[in-house]
Amino acid sequence: MQTLSDIVVVGLNHETAPVEVRECIAFSSEESTRALDALIGLTSIEEVVLISTCNRVEVLATARDTERAAKEIKTFIAEFKSEPTSRFEASLYLRSGDEAVRHLFRVASSLDSMMVGEPQILGQVKEAYQLATQRKTSGVILNRLLHRAFFVAKRIRTETGIGDRAVSISYAAVELGKKIFGDLDGKRVLLIGAGEMAELAVEHLVRNHADRITVANRTFERAVALAQQFNGHPIRFEEILEQLQSVDIIIASAGAPEFIIRYPDVKGLLKRRKNRPLFFIDIAVPRNIDPSINRLGNTYVYDIDDLKTVIEENIEDRRREAVRAQRIVDEAVFQFRKWRESLDAVPTIIALREKLENTSRAELEKTMQNLQHLSSEDRQALERMVKAVTNKFMHDPTVFLKGEGCHGDRATYVDMVRKLFNLDEG
Amino acid sequence: MNSLLYVTVVLYVISTIHYGLYLFRQQDRAYRWARITLLTGFACHSLLLVAIMVRSGRIPVQNLHETLVFAGWAMGVVFLVFQQRYRLRVLGVYAAPLAAVTVFAASRFSASPATDKILLNNFWLILHIAAVFIGEAAFALAAGLGILYLLQENAIKTKKHGFFFRRLPSLDMLDHAGYACIVVGFSLLTLGLITGFVYAREVWGKFWSWDPKEVWSGITWLLYAALLHQRLTVGWRGRRAAVMAIIGFCVVLFTFLGVNFLLSGHHGAFTR
Repeated sequence: MQTLSDIVVVGLNHETAPVEVRECIAFSSEESTRALDALIGLTSIEEVVLISTCNRVEVLATARDTERAAKEIKTFIAEFKSEPTSRFEASLYLRSGDEAVRHLFRVASSLDSMMVGEPQILGQVKEAYQLATQRKTSGVILNRLLHRAFFVAKRIRTETGIGDRAVSISYAAVELGKKIFGDLDGKRVLLIGAGEMAELAVEHLVRNHADRITVANRTFERAVALAQQFNGHPIRFEEILEQLQSVDIIIASAGAPEFIIRYPDVKGLLKRRKNRPLFFIDIAVPRNIDPSINRLGNTYVYDIDDLKTVIEENIEDRRREAVRAQRIVDEAVFQFRKWRESLDAVPTIIALREKLENTSRAELEKTMQNLQHLSSEDRQALERMVKAVTNKFMHDPTVFLKGEGCHGDRATYVDMVRKLFNLDEG
Repeated sequence: MNSLLYVTVVLYVISTIHYGLYLFRQQDRAYRWARITLLTGFACHSLLLVAIMVRSGRIPVQNLHETLVFAGWAMGVVFLVFQQRYRLRVLGVYAAPLAAVTVFAASRFSASPATDKILLNNFWLILHIAAVFIGEAAFALAAGLGILYLLQENAIKTKKHGFFFRRLPSLDMLDHAGYACIVVGFSLLTLGLITGFVYAREVWGKFWSWDPKEVWSGITWLLYAALLHQRLTVGWRGRRAAVMAIIGFCVVLFTFLGVNFLLSGHHGAFTR
């Protein structure tokens, strides 16, 4: 008798493989299509889904012999990518059974991500699954598994705070802005200086509907170029203090030996601004904004360290939430195992036989009561006959379910038999 | 009637607990329960008020018992309207216990009329009382919003983004909602004072008689007038407005209760 097919994951991720390895193993979507078609052709593999993002490559499959399947997958990757196996072999992990299920659940719910709780991964897993259904490489087990994974991911997102908190400087700035201004609709932003982080922050603010970006730079040409990028307008460095009257959010990231905006500059301004709130985000080192400005009413100053502290707290929060998420994953793994066990051929055959035997015995007894005149030999003959019918009847389904008749799609047939004969009831 | 009062208190207390749970756990289920119990409690409260009025046939401010029941009810009305308008769920943590305490306090005072003097169902008087009570409830809410504002502002200023930062709405929203409460409260208080003058003129023949409650109401009015004036002219907002809203409500509380116990006058007879 053949063993039941098992779930297996062969993969590598940001923790096990450096970026040089990940980039040479990653599959583009066009490559994924071809790879799926080739993988499903491997003799050991029954169903397969291929997940490939910039942080991970995972081949999720069902196979009767997981070790052979893993070996074949490894060889396949090496051939497909024309890389020697030795290049990536050390980075690969192999998981099967419950561990494979748990792994997929963790991946889909972003517990295994570089930034725990980041939301993109679920979409990427969904895309991978969609491709597999298009290429018809996933079957009853992986369909169920992936749908469970989406369900688990969604549940974790709503029941834990895993994705709630900002974990990058620019997001933290936007989150703070929202806590101060409510929404950022129509808020005016002044960017002083330039730099990747500052520009990213401006981009996030713009995405949250902040508008009228003003850009100040020591070299006016640079200000003009940046202003164009954000659809804003450039000003000269000397005009900054004047601008403070009308802007709401200031992002400072200029190289300057001393503070560009000092306490008295802002203090004198507040009355004219009618105390509208001012939010300074100081990403520069050394700092551009006098930190004592934070003491003024309706004025808030966050420097790079403050933002980093906020982010660290948030990351810590996400970790705590991840523990709760893990519980949800464990529960789902357990449920999935129960479902899979029900798909085993042997218990199904036993259940079918029991049902048949019970039914025929009950009917036999009923009939015997009306045939009291029969001798005990006659009775035994009848009993033997019923037993023989049962055995003969069970023969074909038993051979079919245990043998090759399923063409590697046993789970589907087992599932169907259970439904057809209503074996899961009572 | 007493049992109706206790049912109201119990429902408000359950609502308070669920608002508290909602604040801690941020679960919608807790909020739903808080809201349902608050609404049911408010329905009982309204029935209680109607029962009092039917029994006496008069507006329910004949003694401190009735006054407190009415004050708690005004609190409920204002909070429900504001919650609808501003979706400020966490404010329930302040409003529900306040209503509960007010109604419970009412149960500590005798429900029988304290005086032979019976307030007449004069149109001006009814308007006077309704306007003043609902206005003062709005001030109570403004003070609650002020407290939340200070908590949130403190979290942002000190850069400790703990419990409150996450759960409280933005400073802008708290500030605006508080401002709206004060505008409503001030308008109603103004209306209440004017109708009071008219009533006083009808009954005592003069608008103003230096009754302590009159004086303190005048002080309250001036205080809020100053706050609104400063906001409109030089933009007194944020922290200072929040602190003022809290101080203002303390003065309101003194006018409402303190004057009755510490000073005497023609309002005192009905509220002791």
